Amino acid sequence: MIKMFINNLEVQAEEGWTIRDACEFYGLEIPTLCYNPGLSNFGGCRLCLVEVGHAPNTRLVSSCTYPCEEGLNVHTDTKRAIKARKMMIELMLSVAPGSKVIQDLASKFNVTQMRFDVRNEECILCGLCVRMCAEQMDGKAIGFQNRGYKRKISTPFDAKSKVCRECGGCMYICPACQARCQGPNAEDPVCNACLQLEPTCVDVYDEATCWMYDVGRCGTCVRPSEEESTEQEAGSK
Amino acid sequence: MTDIKLKSFEDLKQKIKQESLRKEKEKHTVLTVSAGTCGQARGSLKVVEALERTIKDKKLEDRVIVKVTGCHGFCEAEPNIIIHPNNLFYQNVQPKDAEDIIQQTVINDTVIDRLLYKEHDTGELKSTGPEIGFYKKQMRNVLGDNEYIEPLNIDDYFAVGGYSALVKTLQEMSPEEVIDEVKRSGLRGRGGAGFLTGNKWAFSRKAKGDKKYIICNADEGDPGAYMDRSLMEGNPHRVLEGMMIGAYAIGADEGYIYIRDEYPVALKHINVAIQEAEAHGLLGENILGSGFNFKVRISRGAGAFVCGEETAMIASIEGGVGIPRQRPPFPAVKGLWKKPTNINNVETWGNVPLIINRGADWYSKIGTNGSKGTKIFSLVGKINNTGLVEVPMGITLREVIFDIGGGIPEGKDFKAVQTGGPSGGCLPKEKLDLPIDYESLTQAGSIMGSGGMIVMDENTCMVDVAKYFLNFLRDESCGKCISCREGTQRMWEIVNKISGGRGKMADLDLLEELAEAVKDASLCGLGQTAANPVLSTLRYFRDEYISHIRDKKCPAGVCKELITYSVIPENCTGCLACKKVCPSDAVSGELKEVHIINKEKCIKCGACFEACNFDAIKVE
Repeated sequence: MIKMFINNLEVQAEEGWTIRDACEFYGLEIPTLCYNPGLSNFGGCRLCLVEVGHAPNTRLVSSCTYPCEEGLNVHTDTKRAIKARKMMIELMLSVAPGSKVIQDLASKFNVTQMRFDVRNEECILCGLCVRMCAEQMDGKAIGFQNRGYKRKISTPFDAKSKVCRECGGCMYICPACQARCQGPNAEDPVCNACLQLEPTCVDVYDEATCWMYDVGRCGTCVRPSEEESTEQEAGSK
Repeated sequence: MTDIKLKSFEDLKQKIKQESLRKEKEKHTVLTVSAGTCGQARGSLKVVEALERTIKDKKLEDRVIVKVTGCHGFCEAEPNIIIHPNNLFYQNVQPKDAEDIIQQTVINDTVIDRLLYKEHDTGELKSTGPEIGFYKKQMRNVLGDNEYIEPLNIDDYFAVGGYSALVKTLQEMSPEEVIDEVKRSGLRGRGGAGFLTGNKWAFSRKAKGDKKYIICNADEGDPGAYMDRSLMEGNPHRVLEGMMIGAYAIGADEGYIYIRDEYPVALKHINVAIQEAEAHGLLGENILGSGFNFKVRISRGAGAFVCGEETAMIASIEGGVGIPRQRPPFPAVKGLWKKPTNINNVETWGNVPLIINRGADWYSKIGTNGSKGTKIFSLVGKINNTGLVEVPMGITLREVIFDIGGGIPEGKDFKAVQTGGPSGGCLPKEKLDLPIDYESLTQAGSIMGSGGMIVMDENTCMVDVAKYFLNFLRDESCGKCISCREGTQRMWEIVNKISGGRGKMADLDLLEELAEAVKDASLCGLGQTAANPVLSTLRYFRDEYISHIRDKKCPAGVCKELITYSVIPENCTGCLACKKVCPSDAVSGELKEVHIINKEKCIKCGACFEACNFDAIKVE
């Protein structure tokens, strides 16, 4: 067992755990995006940043890749970490404003402005699909190409891959592929509709008029309970 | 062929003695021609050819030797020749000078004035190297031997006492003693981060494992930096010797040299050096009968800046994509092929034989409290004496730039110096008296880095400089972390907007906030320092950003979208020179009439400005 400190609490972590694993075990929520329990740890989205070390020599590390160490001093939600996370969300949002996952993160972390020129690329290069294909589907049909701002995910030589079985695993796990709500702010780069306390829809809309017809109902509209609806049905009859 | 293999310490000592005696006894005149990559580019090999031909013609083969050495450091004076034994220093030698050099200097023993170096400020002629301002304040502990050694000839290295540190290490010292000596010397990594080399070795020594590796980092990627290249080209055995000592101290039996493929000369020299060392029994099994085994392999880098980062380099050597990974586990514990690995920079390895030979006490006397020894800088940019300078730590920037570098050409004003490559920062005039060591540079918002030093004059636009480095970094980021990949791209976009006159004042705050986030959130050294060019220029040259944004003006007259070219009528003689060179027919006017530049047609290429001999073109 490794003895360490998270938010000034002495905790014990098992050998081989990352800081994120330890936080999860102790019920501390760490935001993640490129992390998935079924895949290897990547550390590309930089959302799970936590502050380690003793003041004034602290630094931010990605908790999903940093191993637990004896005596490590971790603080999960410092101002510095939150500030960096918010910037990461704004950066991701600027390339994938159409992603529900990232829009939700923006609302959750109170990212309310978009100061960059939006570029609808939709891929944030989190690498989930690459790992999914290689580690769960045993495919290795896709991978990263180039570096820097030219980096992209594709099949070798951008040609149809012979090892791809078209299983759809990559699409299943992609956070950018999950289309955002078509709520009232659907055109804005930052939706933030979830920040409003009152539900977006107070009435029940049928499928043809629902904002979210394409993506499935969000559940915020006021629906009659089952009893009520059977009563209503009986009454109408 | 006689067996050249050295089988014992005595053999090697004998060999060193014999070679040094040979050098002393030599009655020859030795012409050493600098022929590093830069010297060769300036035509030094043609000079060598011409010299050899002249010597043959005059039948002086048994009196004169021409030596093709590595870089002598003084790039401005390339190709240069040092004539031993008088140490005569001839600069900018052309093949046509060969005849004169042989006839007048070698045969008649007279000095050719036109080939001597002339000081920029005083105009004095200097006949030997050490007299020249460029060399006077330098302390060429590591680079100095470049002047004497033919890098392709191991005997030359023996002649300057080469491999004596290896003998001392293997014969007299235990690995712990070697580490202790390096620790006491205070040597810090010359690659940039400045970690104490002795401590790093100790970690690797302590790490559990029967197989350990060492790596020599020769993936020098900073624009304008070429210290490591020159050392590898000019004195490859020194680097090898350092590696052998390190391997012995750590307990490694295999080493890699990760060298970028853009360095063909260095690659060739180090390859020959390894072959020669193997032939002499200095690499391989049971070296000099000591029971110590060590072999060196070469791994060629494919030109990715990020591969200079330790873990990315390891990934690249293993055949993977050069992407850094989380540390810990540190390479000292789990490195190449998951074995304990110690990585040091070329210059660091080059310092090791010196420490062993002269002792930690001697070494630690050079430099400041926290930074010991000498550091090689490549002094480039708007500077009179471009070249490689090796100076003791603690020397001020002013001494390097004005005393050694000879100041700014054409009497222009100094504006800034950029240290540490793309990850470094720009320091202004007020920081000129800053002593150069790891701490003070970091405090001032720059870094020591690997030793690039780019001098900028008043005609340099700092926004443009930041844009240049950001463009480099957005290209060279590995792209794993969103902070670095998207952060450098967005910073570049914002700075690009500002340099185009489309910036807003709010952009400056955003730029600062983003820069801090990139610095904080990124995994490796590249991302963590990627914001330095922005942060340091914002810190010291904020007014330039503001005039780009508010006044839509580029004070230095560099940013194309904000400048206009016009003719100063009083100075214009109507010579048509500008009209002839203008590629877009923007200049109108007849012979002996004042010309006019049509601003709508002008593409701001600056050709008219270059062509005008009467200072009649104004840039605003």
